[in-house]
Amino acid sequence: MSAGTGEAERHAAAEALAHRVVAGERAAIARALTEMERLSALAPPLVAALEPRLGGALVAGLTGPPGAGKSTLVNALIASVRAAGRRVGVLAVDPSSPVSGGAILGDRIRMTAAHADDGVFVRSLASRGHLGGLSPAAVRMIDVLDAAGFDLILVETVGTGQSEIDVAEIADVRVVLAAPGLGDGIQAMKSGILEIADFWVVNKADDPRAEETRRDLYGALSLVSDDPGLDRRILLASAKLGQGVSELLAEVDAHTRAQDAAGERDVFRRERLRRRIERTARAILDAGLDPDSPLAKMLVDEVQAGRLGLGDAAKTLIRAVARDSGEAER
Amino acid sequence: MTRKIRVLVAKPGLDGHDRGAKVVAAALRDAGMEVIYTGLHQTPEMIVDAALQEDVDVVGLSVHSGAHLTLFRQVKKLLDEKGLGHVLLTGGGIIPAADQRTLAAEGVGRLFGPGAKTTDLAAYIEDEVTRRRASAG
Repeated sequence: MSAGTGEAERHAAAEALAHRVVAGERAAIARALTEMERLSALAPPLVAALEPRLGGALVAGLTGPPGAGKSTLVNALIASVRAAGRRVGVLAVDPSSPVSGGAILGDRIRMTAAHADDGVFVRSLASRGHLGGLSPAAVRMIDVLDAAGFDLILVETVGTGQSEIDVAEIADVRVVLAAPGLGDGIQAMKSGILEIADFWVVNKADDPRAEETRRDLYGALSLVSDDPGLDRRILLASAKLGQGVSELLAEVDAHTRAQDAAGERDVFRRERLRRRIERTARAILDAGLDPDSPLAKMLVDEVQAGRLGLGDAAKTLIRAVARDSGEAER
Repeated sequence: MTRKIRVLVAKPGLDGHDRGAKVVAAALRDAGMEVIYTGLHQTPEMIVDAALQEDVDVVGLSVHSGAHLTLFRQVKKLLDEKGLGHVLLTGGGIIPAADQRTLAAEGVGRLFGPGAKTTDLAAYIEDEVTRRRASAG
């Protein structure tokens, strides 16, 4: 079988799968998510086939330290969103063990609101070495849920602030979760993710220390923010008791509408796409560099002998990688 | 990169304690697998719907309640109905050898009693999933 025939078959298979994803078929959505996560041979034509169907979903990133109650809040959000008749997809990311490469993905336990409801789709994934949990695979998986017609996509991560992919790159709205009694929880979040949020939620509002935590958070944020509306963006909630959840959704909706009205959302989307293209370019380059290649050795000879400048050697390498690279992004 | 093995670990039915299931989940993680742990009080419908969404290779049931024949059969039936017949159904708990053989004849995988080593379970899963993937082409 020639490579050309294989490619045609893959394209046909990708188109067929994309068709079923767009129709909302759960088995197809699950399969497409797997192909994207694995970056299989089917993934690039699948990305292309789903491309025209993207952009309908609101993507909300939810991050926060362990113990803050992210999964419980996601569950409460699912219930609230479904009560409003909207469909919701969830990607729950947990860290992989650096020792074994395995992972325990336990966020599903809290998602009782997802049971027996075709309007909800929950997928757990392991970070697989990507710090902070956001990987190129996760970004492609969000695209699958978007194309499948979910109105809201919640991406739940631990968010160490060290991810090579900024949560801003994939989310329309970023929510950071804090909770009272986590000791230096707020301190631990000062690695960058704290300031970039659109909304902060102090969970466990029923805890007597919640108000103090909210004040501490406001104090820390007001030092780095010049937004006069900052106070309104720090919310109190009790996911367990279902309090403050519909308020959070209302704020998220209002925020998105304001962005739409100001034409900002399109600007953000274009910026996100630009960064994604850039990231793909870097990945292609990284994947294509081979220190043992004849070209690499030749370039070292030429530069060492003074016949070629370093910059020109680098450009030669980039051209060679671009010429030889396949379709797949890493 | 070797394709990760994804395992759904669930405690169906009325069992009230999950320490065994958590020990298994941790052992499979240490063996390099990705374990979706769904916790207690799962109905067969919830288990299979989760298995579908998570596109797992394996469903592992932890059953200590004596209801294993009913539960394993219900889950197997639903897996087959939902196009998940390729998923390895295994598990453990208090399951007499005779019942294990009965279930094996019905397409359920090997089951592991209380004294079984978690490393044996991990090795079994790896071998069986590799075999199934190879024959699926």
